[in-house]
Amino acid sequence: MNLAAIGFTAPWLLVALVLLPVLWVLLRAVPPAPIRRRFPGVALLLGLRDEDSAADRTPWWLLLLRMLALAAVIVAMAGPVLNPRGADEVRSTGKLLVLMDASWASARDWEAERDLLDGLLAEAGRDGRPVALMRLSDPQPPEFQAADAWRSRLAGLEPSAWAPRAEMMRRAADLLDGQAFDTLWLSDGLARDGRGALLEALETAGAVRVHQTGQPLLALAPPASVDGALELSAQRLAAGPARDITVLAHGRDPAGTPRVLATLPLRFAQGERHATGALNLPGELRARLSRFEIAGQGHAGAVALTDDSLRRREVALIAGREDREGLELLSPLHFLERALEPNAALMGGALMEVLPARPDVIVLADVATLSEGETAALLEWTDAGGMLLRFAGPRLAASDISRGREDPLMPVRLRAGGRSVGGAMSWGAPKVLAPFAEDSPFVGLAIPDDVTVSAQVMAQPDPTLASRVIAQLGDGTPLVTRKRIGQGQVVLFHVTANAEWSSLPLSGLFVQMLERLAISSGAAAPVAEDMAGTTWQALQVLDGFGTLRDAGTLPGVAGEALLTAPLGPDLRPGIYEGEDRRIARSVLGAEDTLAAAQWPEGTDIQGLERTAETPLAGWILAAALLLLGGDVIASLALSGRLMPLRAAALLAGLLMLPDPSVAQERAPELLADEVTLAHVLTGEKALDDLAHAGLRGLGETLFYRTTVEPSPPRGVDLEADELAFFPLLYWPVTPAQPIPSDAAYAKLNAYLRSGGLILFDTRDADIAGFSASSENGARLQRLAAPLDIPPLEPVPSDHVLTRAFYLLQDFPGRYAGRPVWVEAAPEGARQAPGMPFRDLNDGVTPVVIGGNDWVAAWAVDEVGAPLRPVGRGYAGERQREMALRFGVNLVMHVLTGNYKSDQVHVPALLDRLGQ
Amino acid sequence: MSQPAAPSATLRARSEAEAARLPPLLARAQHLAGSVLLGQHGRRRAGQGDDFWQYRPVQEGDQRRQIDWRRSARSDAEFVREREWQIAQTLMIWVDGAASMRFSSDRNLPEKADRAQLLALATAILLDKGGERVGLTGHALPPRRGAAQIARLASMLAGAEAGADYGAPDARGLAPQGHALFVSDCLGDIEPVRRALTGAADRGVRGVLMQVLDPVEEAFPYRGRAIFDSVGGTLSHETLKADDLRDRYLTRLAERKDALRGLCAAVGWQYHCHHTDAPAQAALLWLYGALGGGAGR
Repeated sequence: MNLAAIGFTAPWLLVALVLLPVLWVLLRAVPPAPIRRRFPGVALLLGLRDEDSAADRTPWWLLLLRMLALAAVIVAMAGPVLNPRGADEVRSTGKLLVLMDASWASARDWEAERDLLDGLLAEAGRDGRPVALMRLSDPQPPEFQAADAWRSRLAGLEPSAWAPRAEMMRRAADLLDGQAFDTLWLSDGLARDGRGALLEALETAGAVRVHQTGQPLLALAPPASVDGALELSAQRLAAGPARDITVLAHGRDPAGTPRVLATLPLRFAQGERHATGALNLPGELRARLSRFEIAGQGHAGAVALTDDSLRRREVALIAGREDREGLELLSPLHFLERALEPNAALMGGALMEVLPARPDVIVLADVATLSEGETAALLEWTDAGGMLLRFAGPRLAASDISRGREDPLMPVRLRAGGRSVGGAMSWGAPKVLAPFAEDSPFVGLAIPDDVTVSAQVMAQPDPTLASRVIAQLGDGTPLVTRKRIGQGQVVLFHVTANAEWSSLPLSGLFVQMLERLAISSGAAAPVAEDMAGTTWQALQVLDGFGTLRDAGTLPGVAGEALLTAPLGPDLRPGIYEGEDRRIARSVLGAEDTLAAAQWPEGTDIQGLERTAETPLAGWILAAALLLLGGDVIASLALSGRLMPLRAAALLAGLLMLPDPSVAQERAPELLADEVTLAHVLTGEKALDDLAHAGLRGLGETLFYRTTVEPSPPRGVDLEADELAFFPLLYWPVTPAQPIPSDAAYAKLNAYLRSGGLILFDTRDADIAGFSASSENGARLQRLAAPLDIPPLEPVPSDHVLTRAFYLLQDFPGRYAGRPVWVEAAPEGARQAPGMPFRDLNDGVTPVVIGGNDWVAAWAVDEVGAPLRPVGRGYAGERQREMALRFGVNLVMHVLTGNYKSDQVHVPALLDRLGQ
Repeated sequence: MSQPAAPSATLRARSEAEAARLPPLLARAQHLAGSVLLGQHGRRRAGQGDDFWQYRPVQEGDQRRQIDWRRSARSDAEFVREREWQIAQTLMIWVDGAASMRFSSDRNLPEKADRAQLLALATAILLDKGGERVGLTGHALPPRRGAAQIARLASMLAGAEAGADYGAPDARGLAPQGHALFVSDCLGDIEPVRRALTGAADRGVRGVLMQVLDPVEEAFPYRGRAIFDSVGGTLSHETLKADDLRDRYLTRLAERKDALRGLCAAVGWQYHCHHTDAPAQAALLWLYGALGGGAGR
């Protein structure tokens, strides 16, 4: 039985569906079971008849629900299957060979291939067929095993980064020769030699079915450098409608993090199989490129690796002389710029500005003296592989650099003055170049006749001189010398970089020499002859998905094979390193083109998608269970046993979230609006509450008596709170309070320096005179030790605290008569004659230290009644009043500073005005 | 195989159980009674009593020994000292102990019986403080005064066994011209109530009928097919659609209340309906007012 895409394994069970109408009638006849309730009022109910005896039968929709549930169970028992395998697929029990191309071209659809393979293996397992799996890109002798054994190994299957070669296919055919099996061929869809022969061999062994993807395949050729730009060309397997793709240029950013450095959109025109675009990148970026990739492809063919051939050397040109205006041809750098411009990225600027950019070459044209720092930086740079190219000139000749002792940044010692030949005042003719020696980098360069040298700096004869000369004049004097420093080198041209001393910069030889010195070169493509006999080591290799992996211990590759041999397990696409350069081998060569596989007529070709058989019984049973659950709820609701209100209340209770705690802290900007007195939280609740009440009492007093109208006081956590908003910090000292952290002390010191005042209160009547012999005193010493506190003295009788608002002589709190300490007056403060007070300079004392327990005297409760007793009777109230006056004076002092001190000048001012 | 416990042991266990139950009821009743401010309810007229009422000049017919010599010595006339007339009233209480009272619809609500006992005992305490005598009907507890009587009352109220499904007022032992307090749900047959009230009225007893109902009995919030059983299990009623019955049930309940109210009015009693979800104090205040008014006037 087969209904469209659904089949049943036990269709005769569906006959049971005819029972449903019977059940309908049965269920309809039976009303729901009653609930027994205890109810005293039943006596009043006796004799009441139901008006509608049929009304409480099971409602039709509930019956329908139950019918549906039952029908679902019956249908599920009949074993429904989605997409059953049709009778057209032959069920065979013979051996099955799964042949995979497993090349880079399969990598993009690898997941689909693996899923397909999983389904095929599952089927083969159900049919009990032995299965062998063979990868054409790496053929191994086939092992026929149970399909489940292969399924467990599927996750480890990966595509290769190369394509199967003809000899691999031949080898596979040899391995399979003489056996009988059916074949499933998972092909990548690319044309290649040897496939026809293999297919014939397989068809003689049994039936062959080919699965290959229908998705268009894209690949990227290696980039080429054309006119200073990078030319990228992509191709696709089959021409089709126009398509836009994006090529990503991957590389490392200056921090070394891999990222996409640039993108290049490419467009395949309709019917075209190739798309080409040029990417113009600054040399800086070009040097950091590592690979190009077509976005969203995910296979090795869409990745093109880059190597040294793309890099442009960065050359920094630094001249010793300022350019003279209008005399461009005499500029020491003019000819260098002309020679280097086409192939290298030039930069200019001061030496120390250029060095951080890590140029490949730094040219110093007639630069004689370098500072110590510059020398050290240059040496470090050279040591790390930089090339320093120096040119001589009048300055170098005139300086004593590298005279007595060889300069680290000069290849040779120089003789003073240099020499001039062939000038008007000399005998000799200008010198010509001698042929280059065999070991010179310039060997083989033709020397034009018109290159003459009329002046040069002379090298001191030295034991090492001969080995450092790489070019010399006809008379044997060095023209170019070279010294290696670490991985780098210093090259000195003994002539100027312009045409003043020689005609060398005017000749083509100059450019060739620079190229040979790898200053402007490095971009030439490797030639097979150069590569002969060399061995290249793989640094990184591509896997089939186009990811660069560490090459590990792959064996070296011969140079000639590296360039031309086809890719395979012994030559993987990747980056190879030789003696002084790197060569990249991408999957696709510059000339390779993709072609679609051509299968002979009559081959069974299918796509990768295959709908799997899905048994539906589980789902339908689950639906039946849901329906029955709904029936339970509906039945309960109908019989009144479901308590929606209670359930809803429970749900609401569960959902109800606790009130977000109301933020009680005031925002800093609010604090800054008003004067806020603050006390340091000691961690003792009673004391903190008392301090809070005390500051509240003081605040109220200020509010009533002065124009200071403070906002409610605030407890301050030294670790967490910002102190800058509080003019006054009351700090009660207890033996138990913790020492603040260093960060808190930093904050406190900043607070004190910016004009804050801390009132320390030991609250012990200062019985020990702040020595460590009282607990509070000891704690005070420890608390205050890290603070930035100036020298202190007991409040002098003319201190501004005594008259900031009230005239006071002592400062009682709950205790009276003990001295209070403030910042000491500066030395030499004198009392002017006729003045009541000394002429003290300004400033607010940063600390006031006492032990009179002021907050206890200030503290009031919510309605303004004093909290703590002070003294006895009227005298006590007087003392409380004095304590409050001290508080007022203190706040006035903090807020107005030495304002009251200045009042002492008033008599003098009035006196003057009177005259 | 169950061994019947020795009678003494049973008695002791039961009395301990009772004793354990008693203090809470008594304490709660005391607490409730304490919330009502007591006033003297003297008769505001001269008569037999302890408290001084007034001096009045001797009139014809006064005996010599009634003259208050101390007062008369201060003036020429002779005075008689009169005392305020104080009489002790008798309150007989009947609390329905039937099974139907042992019902509460919600865990947070007290049983009707519990509320009824609480109200009755609190009333008794209040009246006892006011000098009245309190007892139980049906010769169960003759009216007396004092803390011991209250304790006995509490014990008998708390120890009442559930008997029939619906209770009938026990009007025996009512003191003539006294007062009575009947507390019941009055859901059973109304005839016994009618007989009891008319019988009491015949003997000059005035009083209060307090109907205690559970909120469920007022609301009838049931739906669907249900079988309603009485608490004692003797009555049951099956319905297919309980929600259909609601209106008719409520009509019957209203009729029952009207009948009770009419009955009370006819015999000069006062009727009040109290629900267990309402605070007991309000009911107690009403009770005290109703009884005090009855006793005081």
